[in-house]
Amino acid sequence: MAITTELAEEPSALPGPTTKPTKAGGSFARYLVTRFLLIFPTIFILVTLVFFLMRITGDPITAALGGRLTPGQLAERIAEAGYDRPVMVQYFEYLGQVFTGNFGRTISDNRAVTEVLLTYGSATAELAFNSLLIALLIGIPFGLLSAKLRDRWPDAMLRVFAILCYATPVFFAGLLLKLIFGVWLGWLPIAGRAGINAELSLTRLQNPSGIYLLDALRSGNMEAASDVIQHAILPAVALGLLTAGVFLRLVRTNVIGTLGREYVEAGRSRGVSEYRLLTKHAYRPALIPIITVMGLQIALLLGGAVLTETTFEWKGLGFMLAQYLTARDFVAVQGIVVLLAVIVALTNFIVDIVAALIDPRVRF
Amino acid sequence: MSTSIVSTPRAGKPLWQRLPIISHYRMSAGLQRGMLVAGLVLTCIFVLAAALAPLIAPYGHAQISDASGNFPTQAPPGGRFLWGTTVGGFDVFSRTLWGAQTAFAVIVIAVAFSIFLGVILGLVSGYLGGWLDRIMVVLADAIYAFPSLLLAIVMSIVISQGQSSLWGGVMAAAISITVVFIPQYFRVIRAETVRLKAEPFVESAKVVGASSGRIMFKHIFRNATRTLPLIFTLNASEALLTLAGLGFLGFGIEPTAASEWGFDLNRAMSDATSGIWWTGVFPGAAIVLTVLGLTLVGESMNDLADPRLRLRRKAKNRGGKATA
Repeated sequence: MAITTELAEEPSALPGPTTKPTKAGGSFARYLVTRFLLIFPTIFILVTLVFFLMRITGDPITAALGGRLTPGQLAERIAEAGYDRPVMVQYFEYLGQVFTGNFGRTISDNRAVTEVLLTYGSATAELAFNSLLIALLIGIPFGLLSAKLRDRWPDAMLRVFAILCYATPVFFAGLLLKLIFGVWLGWLPIAGRAGINAELSLTRLQNPSGIYLLDALRSGNMEAASDVIQHAILPAVALGLLTAGVFLRLVRTNVIGTLGREYVEAGRSRGVSEYRLLTKHAYRPALIPIITVMGLQIALLLGGAVLTETTFEWKGLGFMLAQYLTARDFVAVQGIVVLLAVIVALTNFIVDIVAALIDPRVRF
Repeated sequence: MSTSIVSTPRAGKPLWQRLPIISHYRMSAGLQRGMLVAGLVLTCIFVLAAALAPLIAPYGHAQISDASGNFPTQAPPGGRFLWGTTVGGFDVFSRTLWGAQTAFAVIVIAVAFSIFLGVILGLVSGYLGGWLDRIMVVLADAIYAFPSLLLAIVMSIVISQGQSSLWGGVMAAAISITVVFIPQYFRVIRAETVRLKAEPFVESAKVVGASSGRIMFKHIFRNATRTLPLIFTLNASEALLTLAGLGFLGFGIEPTAASEWGFDLNRAMSDATSGIWWTGVFPGAAIVLTVLGLTLVGESMNDLADPRLRLRRKAKNRGGKATA
């Protein structure tokens, strides 16, 4: 945590004027290309790492079905799947498959991993989006408030709140939310992505997007839409709070940095209102480190999604990952892990590009 | 520059005043001192609970019966069972206490391992440079970008196939967490080493004829590791969260081998649906308070190490000494 905050402080602490590159367009294009090419070694390393780590433990067939089949049947299945060949041969084959988007077939329920990824990916995307929204809605305003009232008691309370957000594991936050709003108050449903009726009507749609809220709105089914929203609230809050704390601290640290600058003082002397100073003059330049760290948060968010989905039986990639882990289906686990790693690498790329678009100093 | 203020006020102060926590305490004032003290108190409670669990806990972590027969299942808090019992008949109070022991062991082992390996790799990579350095940096960055919980899951599959005995489980969890943390220490130490490498005192050591090993571990090591207490506390809290996450997914320690808060919360999930709160709230609160304590200590140390963030004592209290 502290490391990310420190990283975030650096750009705002950079002294000196903003030097505009002489050939803005050319240098940006070059940055874009270099940065894009850098994704590949990252993904390559991750795929290699995951592949060999998973293979150290033995072949996936024995792991998944070891207790259930006779040694003869096992050997047959292993030979059939090609796990008896040298590991390097399997590795290069796997690399080739991943490159063409083929992640193999799951052992426990014999589905194509790609199909699993496509079916459940949208649910995870929906959850991640919702919680990011909640995190920003809580983190930014409270971070600004905290910076404005620096070292007074509301700031102290908010900082403790931010640490509490981080200190509470998602599944414990989920448990408390379920207890309070689901069981005791009975306001919100405690599990799943939709009620039975809504779920049925949504799965019957023609080529659904898998994002339930979009599907419900598109089909004009308002009842299902409200049901879907009710189901989405608790998981989004549980996961959102985790990142909200990080955003709050980030906004606070960076805005405190920019509030002390001369141009803010100059604005104040010109009679710019305190509110405007805070939300425009101090906040805007503080955005760059915030966006950079937001990219780093995606990794945290995806990790948290695994736990949140398990807590709320939200049938996304994380939920399936936990299921496959219990079933010791390591082909599926490997596929999901690799996909999530690729998503993280891609998000970091996009974040870097956005940061470069906003701040020319980034492109060196 | 900020760090030199923390741990090296060499000028004549007695040793105990230079120790990390104590020097931080003496530097703090007002709200910051409050946060530091609150964090220290919570951390002490955690350590005490871990150390004294055999004395305080009324029952064993896997005990479901005693002389008077089987424990009731899902009994509400009160009476013989201070915090109630679980669906399996475990005493929640005892399991929460024993859980502190597991958590403590994992945190200490994980952080010790990752500091040890991270520091060595960082020193060697930063000092020697060249292709080794480049490969290490790319590797560390790739691992750093990886969702840490997923990496920990993969590692725990590798180490123990996901299930194991007490020490096997503790080691598996600790090593999984270690792998996640090494890149962080590596980055910090490497950056410091690269910076220090250009300093005159390293040049002079080279001229005198000191070996690379001696320069790395004597001259640079002492200077590059000042920020470690801070990272230590922050990572301790992250280690605990990762352990709980692993346990929650069923990848920790078997419930009969040891008590683990994350696993207990996993079990408590279905209880919550029927309104049974005590099985989940107590272990959960234990996690939150421990992480809160460790984070508050780390945060305060971070703020105190940075003169821009450090609150000063009011001038009338201590006069000119306040800025020392």
